[in-house]
Amino acid sequence: MLPAPSRVLAQAWENRAALADNTLPTIRATLAGFACSVVAAFVLSALVDFLPRLRRALFPILIASQTLPLVAIAPLVVLWFGFGLLPKILLVALVTFFPMMVALVEGYVSTSKEIAQMLAAMGAGRWRIFWLARLPSALPYFFAGLRISITYAVVGAIFAEYAGAAKGLGIYMLSAKNNFRPDLVLAAVAVSSALTLALFGLAVLVQRLAMPWERAGRDAKPEPTEEERP
Amino acid sequence: MTRLELRDVRKNFGTLEVLSGISMTVDDGEFVSILGPSGAGKSTLLQLLTGAIAGEGEMRFDGAPLDDHGRHFAFMPQRDALMPWRRVIDNAALGLEVQGVRRRAARERVAPLFAEFGLAGFERAWPAELSGGMRQRAALLRTVVQRRDMLLLDEPFGALDALTRTAMQRWLEKMWASHRWTALLITHDVREAVLLSDRIYLLSARPARVVAEVAVPLPRPRTESAALAREAAAIEASILDTLLGAGRTEFPIV
Ligand SMILES: Nc1ncnc2c1ncn2[C@@H]1O[C@H](COP(=O)(O)OP(=O)(O)OP(=O)(O)O)[C@@H](O)[C@H]1O
Ligand SMILES: [Mg+2]
Repeated sequence: MLPAPSRVLAQAWENRAALADNTLPTIRATLAGFACSVVAAFVLSALVDFLPRLRRALFPILIASQTLPLVAIAPLVVLWFGFGLLPKILLVALVTFFPMMVALVEGYVSTSKEIAQMLAAMGAGRWRIFWLARLPSALPYFFAGLRISITYAVVGAIFAEYAGAAKGLGIYMLSAKNNFRPDLVLAAVAVSSALTLALFGLAVLVQRLAMPWERAGRDAKPEPTEEERP
Repeated sequence: MTRLELRDVRKNFGTLEVLSGISMTVDDGEFVSILGPSGAGKSTLLQLLTGAIAGEGEMRFDGAPLDDHGRHFAFMPQRDALMPWRRVIDNAALGLEVQGVRRRAARERVAPLFAEFGLAGFERAWPAELSGGMRQRAALLRTVVQRRDMLLLDEPFGALDALTRTAMQRWLEKMWASHRWTALLITHDVREAVLLSDRIYLLSARPARVVAEVAVPLPRPRTESAALAREAAAIEASILDTLLGAGRTEFPIV
Protein backbone atom coordinates (compact mmCIF):
# COMPACT_ATOMS: atom_id res chain seq x y z
CA MET A 1 0.00 0.00 0.00
CA LEU A 2 1.28 3.39 -0.97
CA PRO A 3 0.86 5.96 1.76
CA ALA A 4 -0.85 9.21 0.77
CA PRO A 5 1.45 12.17 0.12
CA SER A 6 -0.25 14.09 2.89
CA ARG A 7 0.62 11.36 5.35
CA VAL A 8 4.22 11.26 4.11
CA LEU A 9 4.47 15.02 4.60
CA ALA A 10 2.89 14.93 8.03
CA GLN A 11 5.16 12.11 9.15
CA ALA A 12 8.21 13.83 7.67
CA TRP A 13 7.36 16.90 9.73
CA GLU A 14 6.77 14.86 12.86
CA ASN A 15 10.09 13.05 12.43
CA ARG A 16 11.99 16.09 11.25
CA ALA A 17 14.56 15.87 14.01
CA ALA A 18 15.42 12.26 13.17
CA LEU A 19 15.40 13.01 9.44
CA ALA A 20 17.72 15.97 9.84
CA ASP A 21 19.93 13.95 12.12
CA ASN A 22 20.25 11.32 9.40
CA THR A 23 20.54 13.77 6.49
CA LEU A 24 23.67 15.49 7.79
CA PRO A 25 25.88 12.37 7.61
CA THR A 26 24.62 11.74 4.08
CA ILE A 27 25.50 15.28 3.04
CA ARG A 28 28.90 14.88 4.65
CA ALA A 29 29.56 11.57 2.88
CA THR A 30 28.33 12.92 -0.44
CA LEU A 31 30.42 16.07 -0.36
CA ALA A 32 33.55 14.43 1.04
CA GLY A 33 33.37 11.56 -1.44
CA PHE A 34 32.62 13.87 -4.30
CA ALA A 35 35.41 16.26 -3.40
CA CYS A 36 37.90 13.38 -3.28
CA SER A 37 36.63 12.15 -6.61
CA VAL A 38 36.95 15.58 -8.27
CA VAL A 39 40.47 16.09 -6.95
CA ALA A 40 41.52 12.60 -8.04
CA ALA A 41 39.89 13.05 -11.45
CA PHE A 42 41.66 16.37 -11.90
CA VAL A 43 45.10 15.05 -10.96
CA LEU A 44 44.77 11.85 -12.94
CA SER A 45 43.25 13.52 -16.00
CA ALA A 46 46.08 16.05 -16.09
CA LEU A 47 48.59 13.24 -15.81
CA VAL A 48 46.87 11.33 -18.58
CA ASP A 49 46.84 14.47 -20.71
CA PHE A 50 50.61 14.65 -20.50
CA LEU A 51 51.12 10.90 -20.90
CA PRO A 52 48.77 9.52 -23.56
CA ARG A 53 50.22 6.05 -23.08
CA LEU A 54 49.07 6.07 -19.48
CA ARG A 55 45.61 6.94 -20.76
CA ARG A 56 45.46 3.85 -22.95
CA ALA A 57 46.57 1.70 -20.03
CA LEU A 58 44.25 3.30 -17.51
CA PHE A 59 40.95 3.65 -19.32
CA PRO A 60 40.11 -0.06 -19.58
CA ILE A 61 40.62 -0.38 -15.83
CA LEU A 62 38.41 2.64 -15.18
CA ILE A 63 35.71 1.37 -17.49
CA ALA A 64 35.84 -2.01 -15.76
CA SER A 65 35.44 -0.23 -12.41
CA GLN A 66 32.18 1.22 -13.71
CA THR A 67 30.72 -2.22 -14.33
CA LEU A 68 31.08 -3.25 -10.68
CA PRO A 69 27.52 -3.58 -9.39
CA LEU A 70 27.06 -1.25 -6.45
CA VAL A 71 24.77 -3.77 -4.75
CA ALA A 72 27.59 -6.28 -4.59
CA ILE A 73 30.44 -3.93 -3.88
CA ALA A 74 28.84 -1.74 -1.19
CA PRO A 75 28.58 -4.46 1.52
CA LEU A 76 32.15 -5.56 0.77
CA VAL A 77 33.53 -2.06 1.13
CA VAL A 78 31.64 -1.63 4.39
CA LEU A 79 32.95 -4.99 5.55
CA TRP A 80 36.53 -3.95 4.82
CA PHE A 81 36.43 -0.36 6.05
CA GLY A 82 33.77 -0.37 8.77
CA PHE A 83 30.78 1.83 9.46
CA GLY A 84 32.69 5.12 9.39
CA LEU A 85 33.04 7.80 6.75
CA LEU A 86 35.76 6.11 4.73
CA PRO A 87 33.70 3.39 2.97
CA LYS A 88 31.10 6.02 2.01
CA ILE A 89 33.74 8.29 0.58
CA LEU A 90 35.13 5.37 -1.38
CA LEU A 91 31.77 4.35 -2.80
CA VAL A 92 30.75 7.89 -3.73
CA ALA A 93 34.14 8.35 -5.38
CA LEU A 94 33.76 5.04 -7.20
CA VAL A 95 30.51 6.08 -8.88
CA THR A 96 31.48 9.69 -9.61
CA PHE A 97 35.14 9.43 -10.51
CA PHE A 98 34.79 8.00 -13.98
CA PRO A 99 32.30 10.53 -15.38
CA MET A 100 34.46 13.36 -14.00
CA MET A 101 37.59 11.85 -15.47
CA VAL A 102 36.04 11.33 -18.90
CA ALA A 103 34.60 14.85 -18.89
CA LEU A 104 37.97 16.40 -18.09
CA VAL A 105 39.95 14.35 -20.60
CA GLU A 106 37.44 15.12 -23.36
CA GLY A 107 37.52 18.75 -22.33
CA TYR A 108 41.28 18.97 -22.73
CA VAL A 109 41.03 17.37 -26.14
CA SER A 110 38.43 19.94 -27.19
CA THR A 111 41.05 22.72 -27.04
CA SER A 112 41.13 24.64 -30.30
CA LYS A 113 44.13 23.63 -32.38
CA GLU A 114 44.63 27.21 -33.42
CA ILE A 115 44.86 28.46 -29.86
CA ALA A 116 47.37 25.75 -28.99
CA GLN A 117 49.44 26.48 -32.07
CA MET A 118 49.37 30.20 -31.40
CA LEU A 119 50.51 29.69 -27.81
CA ALA A 120 53.34 27.47 -28.99
CA ALA A 121 54.36 30.17 -31.48
CA MET A 122 54.36 32.65 -28.60
CA GLY A 123 56.88 30.43 -26.85
CA ALA A 124 54.60 28.64 -24.38
CA GLY A 125 55.68 25.17 -23.30
CA ARG A 126 53.56 22.11 -22.77
CA TRP A 127 52.65 22.98 -19.16
CA ARG A 128 51.89 26.59 -20.02
CA ILE A 129 49.58 25.52 -22.82
CA PHE A 130 47.82 23.16 -20.44
CA TRP A 131 47.29 25.89 -17.89
CA LEU A 132 46.37 28.70 -20.30
CA ALA A 133 44.30 26.78 -22.83
CA ARG A 134 43.57 23.13 -22.16
CA LEU A 135 42.28 23.57 -18.63
CA PRO A 136 39.93 26.49 -19.38
CA SER A 137 38.73 24.70 -22.52
CA ALA A 138 37.73 21.77 -20.32
CA LEU A 139 35.58 23.88 -17.98
CA PRO A 140 32.25 23.42 -19.80
CA TYR A 141 32.88 19.67 -19.95
CA PHE A 142 33.92 19.66 -16.33
CA PHE A 143 30.68 21.29 -15.24
CA ALA A 144 28.57 19.03 -17.44
CA GLY A 145 30.27 16.09 -15.75
CA LEU A 146 29.81 17.73 -12.36
CA ARG A 147 26.06 18.13 -12.82
CA ILE A 148 25.67 14.52 -13.86
CA SER A 149 27.86 12.93 -11.23
CA ILE A 150 26.59 15.02 -8.30
CA THR A 151 23.31 13.16 -8.75
CA TYR A 152 25.14 9.83 -8.73
CA ALA A 153 26.99 10.95 -5.63
CA VAL A 154 23.87 11.14 -3.47
CA VAL A 155 22.70 7.73 -4.65
CA GLY A 156 26.18 6.34 -3.98
CA ALA A 157 26.21 7.69 -0.45
CA ILE A 158 22.75 6.31 0.33
CA PHE A 159 23.74 2.93 -1.06
CA ALA A 160 26.82 2.89 1.12
CA GLU A 161 24.74 3.71 4.19
CA TYR A 162 22.20 1.10 3.25
CA ALA A 163 24.98 -1.46 3.39
CA GLY A 164 25.85 -0.40 6.89
CA ALA A 165 26.14 2.83 8.82
CA ALA A 166 25.49 4.28 12.23
CA LYS A 167 23.49 7.17 10.78
CA GLY A 168 22.41 8.39 7.39
CA LEU A 169 19.45 8.50 5.03
CA GLY A 170 20.33 5.05 3.71
CA ILE A 171 20.26 3.34 7.06
CA TYR A 172 17.18 5.38 8.01
CA MET A 173 15.35 4.05 4.96
CA LEU A 174 16.41 0.52 5.81
CA SER A 175 15.18 0.67 9.38
CA ALA A 176 11.95 2.42 8.34
CA LYS A 177 11.36 -0.37 5.87
CA ASN A 178 12.07 -3.01 8.49
CA ASN A 179 9.62 -1.28 10.82
CA PHE A 180 6.92 -1.38 8.11
CA ARG A 181 6.88 2.42 7.79
CA PRO A 182 6.71 3.06 4.01
CA ASP A 183 5.68 6.64 4.80
CA LEU A 184 9.02 7.27 6.49
CA VAL A 185 10.87 5.51 3.66
CA LEU A 186 9.20 7.91 1.25
CA ALA A 187 9.91 10.86 3.49
CA ALA A 188 13.60 9.94 3.39
CA VAL A 189 13.38 9.52 -0.37
CA ALA A 190 11.88 13.01 -0.62
CA VAL A 191 14.69 14.40 1.47
CA SER A 192 17.32 12.71 -0.70
CA SER A 193 15.64 14.05 -3.85
CA ALA A 194 15.62 17.53 -2.40
CA LEU A 195 19.26 17.11 -1.50
CA THR A 196 20.13 16.03 -5.06
CA LEU A 197 18.22 18.97 -6.49
CA ALA A 198 19.94 21.37 -4.14
CA LEU A 199 23.38 20.03 -5.05
CA PHE A 200 22.53 20.20 -8.73
CA GLY A 201 21.45 23.81 -8.29
CA LEU A 202 24.64 24.52 -6.43
CA ALA A 203 26.66 23.07 -9.32
CA VAL A 204 24.81 25.31 -11.76
CA LEU A 205 25.47 28.31 -9.53
CA VAL A 206 29.17 27.53 -9.23
CA GLN A 207 29.37 27.13 -12.99
CA ARG A 208 27.81 30.55 -13.49
CA LEU A 209 30.30 32.12 -11.14
CA ALA A 210 33.24 30.25 -12.63
CA MET A 211 32.35 30.93 -16.25
CA PRO A 212 30.95 34.46 -16.48
CA TRP A 213 31.84 34.65 -20.19
CA GLU A 214 29.26 31.98 -20.99
CA ARG A 215 26.38 34.26 -20.16
CA ALA A 216 28.01 37.13 -22.00
CA GLY A 217 28.15 34.94 -25.08
CA ARG A 218 24.52 34.01 -24.84
CA ASP A 219 23.21 37.50 -24.20
CA ALA A 220 25.38 39.39 -26.65
CA LYS A 221 24.18 39.90 -30.18
CA PRO A 222 27.17 40.91 -32.30
CA GLU A 223 26.22 44.20 -33.89
CA PRO A 224 28.13 44.42 -37.14
CA THR A 225 27.25 47.96 -38.18
CA GLU A 226 28.35 51.00 -36.19
CA GLU A 227 31.27 49.49 -34.26
CA GLU A 228 32.55 47.96 -37.43
CA ARG A 229 33.97 51.03 -39.05
CA PRO A 230 37.18 51.96 -37.33
CA MET B 1 67.94 43.96 -46.08
CA THR B 2 66.51 40.46 -46.39
CA ARG B 3 65.03 39.20 -43.16
CA LEU B 4 63.15 36.03 -44.02
CA GLU B 5 64.44 33.75 -46.71
CA LEU B 6 62.92 30.44 -47.80
CA ARG B 7 64.71 28.19 -50.24
CA ASP B 8 63.02 25.18 -51.80
CA VAL B 9 60.77 24.49 -48.80
CA ARG B 10 58.84 21.25 -49.14
CA LYS B 11 56.22 19.51 -47.07
CA ASN B 12 54.38 16.24 -47.48
CA PHE B 13 51.65 14.90 -45.24
CA GLY B 14 52.19 11.18 -45.76
CA THR B 15 51.71 10.71 -49.47
CA LEU B 16 49.99 14.08 -49.88
CA GLU B 17 52.44 16.57 -51.36
CA VAL B 18 51.42 20.00 -50.07
CA LEU B 19 54.37 22.31 -50.67
CA SER B 20 56.59 21.48 -53.61
CA GLY B 21 59.57 23.75 -53.34
CA ILE B 22 58.67 27.24 -52.13
CA SER B 23 61.33 29.95 -52.35
CA MET B 24 60.71 33.51 -51.24
CA THR B 25 62.16 36.43 -49.31
CA VAL B 26 60.77 39.18 -47.11
CA ASP B 27 62.80 42.35 -46.59
CA ASP B 28 62.95 44.54 -43.55
CA GLY B 29 59.84 46.70 -43.26
CA GLU B 30 58.29 45.01 -46.24
CA PHE B 31 54.71 43.84 -46.52
CA VAL B 32 54.56 40.63 -48.52
CA SER B 33 51.46 38.63 -49.36
CA ILE B 34 50.99 35.05 -50.37
CA LEU B 35 48.02 34.64 -52.63
CA GLY B 36 46.79 31.19 -53.43
CA PRO B 37 43.70 29.04 -53.73
CA SER B 38 42.04 27.33 -50.80
CA GLY B 39 43.82 24.18 -49.73
CA ALA B 40 47.04 25.13 -51.51
CA GLY B 41 49.11 24.85 -48.36
CA LYS B 42 49.34 28.47 -47.22
CA SER B 43 48.57 27.77 -43.58
CA THR B 44 50.96 24.83 -43.75
CA LEU B 45 53.73 27.22 -44.76
CA LEU B 46 53.09 29.36 -41.68
CA GLN B 47 53.06 26.25 -39.49
CA LEU B 48 56.53 25.46 -40.82
CA LEU B 49 57.67 28.97 -39.98
CA THR B 50 56.32 28.90 -36.43
CA GLY B 51 57.82 25.46 -35.90
CA ALA B 52 54.49 23.71 -35.33
CA ILE B 53 55.46 21.15 -37.94
CA ALA B 54 58.74 20.17 -39.59
CA GLY B 55 59.47 20.11 -43.31
CA GLU B 56 62.37 20.04 -45.71
CA GLY B 57 64.30 22.87 -47.28
CA GLU B 58 66.06 25.92 -45.99
CA MET B 59 64.46 28.62 -43.85
CA ARG B 60 66.62 31.51 -42.69
CA PHE B 61 65.96 34.61 -40.66
CA ASP B 62 68.54 37.40 -40.72
CA GLY B 63 70.85 34.88 -42.36
CA ALA B 64 70.66 32.33 -39.55
CA PRO B 65 68.74 29.05 -39.88
CA LEU B 66 65.30 29.18 -38.33
CA ASP B 67 65.21 26.94 -35.32
CA ASP B 68 63.61 27.26 -31.95
CA HIS B 69 66.29 29.48 -30.49
CA GLY B 70 65.08 33.05 -30.77
CA ARG B 71 61.45 33.58 -31.72
CA HIS B 72 61.06 35.89 -34.64
CA PHE B 73 57.38 35.71 -35.44
CA ALA B 74 54.16 37.00 -34.03
CA PHE B 75 51.55 34.72 -35.46
CA MET B 76 47.88 35.42 -36.06
CA PRO B 77 46.02 32.20 -36.84
CA GLN B 78 43.38 31.86 -39.51
CA ARG B 79 40.50 32.05 -37.09
CA ASP B 80 40.94 34.78 -34.49
CA ALA B 81 41.73 32.24 -31.74
CA LEU B 82 40.58 34.62 -29.01
CA MET B 83 40.16 32.78 -25.74
CA PRO B 84 36.46 33.04 -24.77
CA TRP B 85 37.40 32.81 -21.10
CA ARG B 86 39.67 35.86 -21.14
CA ARG B 87 38.51 39.44 -21.28
CA VAL B 88 39.55 41.33 -24.39
CA ILE B 89 42.39 43.10 -22.61
CA ASP B 90 43.75 39.80 -21.28
CA ASN B 91 43.49 38.26 -24.71
CA ALA B 92 45.45 41.18 -26.11
CA ALA B 93 48.05 40.78 -23.37
CA LEU B 94 48.37 37.02 -23.80
CA GLY B 95 51.61 37.08 -25.77
CA LEU B 96 53.25 39.35 -23.20
CA GLU B 97 52.13 37.07 -20.39
CA VAL B 98 53.63 34.08 -22.16
CA GLN B 99 56.83 36.09 -22.49
CA GLY B 100 56.86 36.36 -18.72
CA VAL B 101 55.40 39.83 -18.19
CA ARG B 102 53.17 40.06 -15.10
CA ARG B 103 49.47 40.29 -15.89
CA ARG B 104 49.17 43.79 -14.40
CA ALA B 105 52.14 45.09 -16.34
CA ALA B 106 51.00 43.36 -19.52
CA ARG B 107 47.59 45.01 -19.24
CA GLU B 108 49.20 48.38 -18.75
CA ARG B 109 51.21 47.90 -21.88
CA VAL B 110 48.30 46.94 -24.13
CA ALA B 111 45.68 49.33 -22.74
CA PRO B 112 46.98 52.47 -24.50
CA LEU B 113 46.68 50.70 -27.87
CA PHE B 114 42.96 50.01 -27.59
CA ALA B 115 41.92 53.34 -29.09
CA GLU B 116 44.14 52.91 -32.12
CA PHE B 117 42.65 49.49 -32.71
CA GLY B 118 39.09 50.76 -32.43
CA LEU B 119 38.48 48.84 -29.22
CA ALA B 120 38.37 51.66 -26.68
CA GLY B 121 35.81 50.91 -23.99
CA PHE B 122 35.86 47.17 -24.69
CA GLU B 123 38.86 46.33 -22.52
CA ARG B 124 36.73 44.47 -19.97
CA ALA B 125 34.36 42.88 -22.48
CA TRP B 126 34.35 39.17 -23.27
CA PRO B 127 35.29 38.18 -26.82
CA ALA B 128 31.74 36.89 -27.32
CA GLU B 129 30.51 40.46 -26.91
CA LEU B 130 32.55 41.71 -29.86
CA SER B 131 31.55 41.88 -33.51
CA GLY B 132 33.54 40.00 -36.12
CA GLY B 133 35.64 42.99 -37.13
CA MET B 134 36.39 43.88 -33.53
CA ARG B 135 37.48 40.33 -32.84
CA GLN B 136 39.92 40.49 -35.72
CA ARG B 137 41.31 43.81 -34.48
CA ALA B 138 41.70 42.35 -31.00
CA ALA B 139 43.53 39.36 -32.47
CA LEU B 140 45.75 41.70 -34.46
CA LEU B 141 46.43 43.76 -31.36
CA ARG B 142 47.43 40.61 -29.52
CA THR B 143 49.78 39.85 -32.40
CA VAL B 144 51.53 43.20 -32.77
CA VAL B 145 52.09 43.88 -29.05
CA GLN B 146 54.43 40.91 -28.95
CA ARG B 147 56.98 43.12 -30.73
CA ARG B 148 58.50 40.30 -32.69
CA ASP B 149 60.64 40.86 -35.76
CA MET B 150 57.88 39.93 -38.14
CA LEU B 151 54.11 39.44 -38.33
CA LEU B 152 52.60 36.29 -39.83
CA LEU B 153 48.95 36.92 -40.64
CA ASP B 154 46.86 34.00 -41.86
CA GLU B 155 43.80 35.33 -43.71
CA PRO B 156 42.98 37.83 -40.98
CA PHE B 157 39.83 39.05 -42.70
CA GLY B 158 38.75 35.89 -44.47
CA ALA B 159 35.74 35.28 -42.25
CA LEU B 160 34.31 38.81 -42.39
CA ASP B 161 31.48 40.13 -44.52
CA ALA B 162 32.53 42.11 -47.58
CA LEU B 163 31.86 45.57 -46.15
CA THR B 164 33.61 44.90 -42.86
CA ARG B 165 36.49 43.31 -44.70
CA THR B 166 37.01 46.37 -46.88
CA ALA B 167 36.89 48.62 -43.82
CA MET B 168 39.42 46.42 -42.07
CA GLN B 169 41.74 46.39 -45.07
CA ARG B 170 41.77 50.16 -45.21
CA TRP B 171 42.34 50.32 -41.50
CA LEU B 172 45.25 47.88 -41.71
CA GLU B 173 46.73 49.89 -44.57
CA LYS B 174 46.73 52.96 -42.34
CA MET B 175 48.11 51.05 -39.39
CA TRP B 176 50.90 49.61 -41.47
CA ALA B 177 51.79 53.01 -42.87
CA SER B 178 52.45 54.31 -39.36
CA HIS B 179 54.16 51.19 -37.95
CA ARG B 180 55.99 49.67 -40.92
CA TRP B 181 55.86 46.16 -39.60
CA THR B 182 57.70 43.49 -41.54
CA ALA B 183 54.77 41.30 -42.44
CA LEU B 184 53.80 38.19 -44.32
CA LEU B 185 50.07 38.11 -45.09
CA ILE B 186 48.23 35.09 -46.36
CA THR B 187 45.07 35.71 -48.29
CA HIS B 188 42.97 34.55 -51.19
CA ASP B 189 41.55 38.01 -51.76
CA VAL B 190 43.34 39.58 -54.76
CA ARG B 191 42.19 43.09 -53.94
CA GLU B 192 43.39 42.78 -50.36
CA ALA B 193 46.81 41.63 -51.52
CA VAL B 194 47.18 44.53 -53.97
CA LEU B 195 45.95 47.10 -51.47
CA LEU B 196 48.33 46.06 -48.72
CA SER B 197 51.45 44.53 -50.24
CA ASP B 198 54.79 45.64 -51.54
CA ARG B 199 55.17 42.27 -53.22
CA ILE B 200 52.87 39.31 -53.81
CA TYR B 201 53.75 35.68 -54.33
CA LEU B 202 51.19 33.74 -56.29
CA LEU B 203 50.90 30.09 -55.37
CA SER B 204 49.53 27.28 -57.50
CA ALA B 205 46.96 24.83 -56.21
CA ARG B 206 48.28 21.90 -54.19
CA PRO B 207 51.09 20.90 -54.43
CA ALA B 208 51.92 24.58 -54.04
CA ARG B 209 54.75 26.24 -55.85
CA VAL B 210 55.34 29.91 -56.63
CA VAL B 211 53.85 30.64 -60.05
CA ALA B 212 54.69 34.33 -60.08
CA GLU B 213 56.06 37.16 -58.02
CA VAL B 214 54.27 40.46 -58.47
CA ALA B 215 55.66 43.80 -57.32
CA VAL B 216 53.12 46.44 -56.38
CA PRO B 217 54.96 49.74 -56.87
CA LEU B 218 52.00 51.97 -55.99
CA PRO B 219 52.40 54.85 -53.55
CA ARG B 220 50.52 54.73 -50.26
CA PRO B 221 47.87 55.25 -49.13
CA ARG B 222 46.31 53.41 -52.00
CA THR B 223 42.70 54.19 -51.37
CA GLU B 224 43.15 57.95 -51.88
CA SER B 225 42.70 58.72 -55.57
CA ALA B 226 40.80 57.38 -58.54
CA ALA B 227 43.99 57.20 -60.59
CA LEU B 228 45.59 54.91 -58.02
CA ALA B 229 42.48 52.78 -57.89
CA ARG B 230 42.70 52.27 -61.67
CA GLU B 231 46.34 51.24 -61.47
CA ALA B 232 45.52 48.85 -58.66
CA ALA B 233 42.68 47.39 -60.71
CA ALA B 234 45.08 46.77 -63.60
CA ILE B 235 47.44 44.84 -61.30
CA GLU B 236 44.51 42.88 -59.92
CA ALA B 237 43.45 41.96 -63.44
CA SER B 238 46.91 40.74 -64.39
CA ILE B 239 47.12 38.67 -61.22
CA LEU B 240 43.77 37.06 -61.97
CA ASP B 241 44.97 36.34 -65.51
CA THR B 242 48.06 34.64 -64.14
CA LEU B 243 46.05 32.61 -61.67
CA LEU B 244 43.13 31.64 -63.88
CA GLY B 245 44.34 32.23 -67.41
CA ALA B 246 46.06 30.35 -70.23
CA GLY B 247 45.82 26.63 -69.78
CA ARG B 248 46.00 26.54 -66.00
CA THR B 249 43.25 24.00 -65.91
CA GLU B 250 44.43 22.53 -62.62
CA PHE B 251 43.59 25.83 -61.00
CA PRO B 252 40.25 25.92 -59.19
CA ILE B 253 38.33 29.08 -58.58
CA VAL B 254 40.10 31.18 -55.99
N1 LIG C 1 48.18 18.04 -40.16
C1 LIG C 1 47.82 17.68 -41.40
N2 LIG C 1 47.78 16.38 -41.76
C2 LIG C 1 47.40 16.01 -43.00
N3 LIG C 1 47.06 16.86 -43.98
C3 LIG C 1 47.09 18.17 -43.69
C4 LIG C 1 47.46 18.65 -42.40
N4 LIG C 1 47.40 20.00 -42.40
C5 LIG C 1 46.99 20.33 -43.64
N5 LIG C 1 46.81 19.25 -44.41
C6 LIG C 1 46.41 19.25 -45.82
O1 LIG C 1 47.27 20.11 -46.51
C7 LIG C 1 46.56 20.84 -47.48
C8 LIG C 1 46.84 22.31 -47.32
O2 LIG C 1 46.25 22.77 -46.12
P1 LIG C 1 46.38 24.28 -45.65
O3 LIG C 1 45.58 24.42 -44.42
O4 LIG C 1 47.80 24.66 -45.60
O5 LIG C 1 45.66 25.02 -46.86
P2 LIG C 1 45.43 26.59 -47.05
O6 LIG C 1 46.16 27.00 -48.28
O7 LIG C 1 45.75 27.32 -45.80
O8 LIG C 1 43.87 26.64 -47.34
P3 LIG C 1 42.78 27.75 -46.88
O9 LIG C 1 42.94 28.90 -47.80
O10 LIG C 1 41.48 27.06 -47.12
O11 LIG C 1 43.04 28.08 -45.47
C9 LIG C 1 45.11 20.47 -47.34
O12 LIG C 1 44.78 19.55 -48.36
C10 LIG C 1 45.03 19.80 -46.01
O13 LIG C 1 44.08 18.79 -46.01
MG1 LIG D 1 44.67 28.30 -44.39
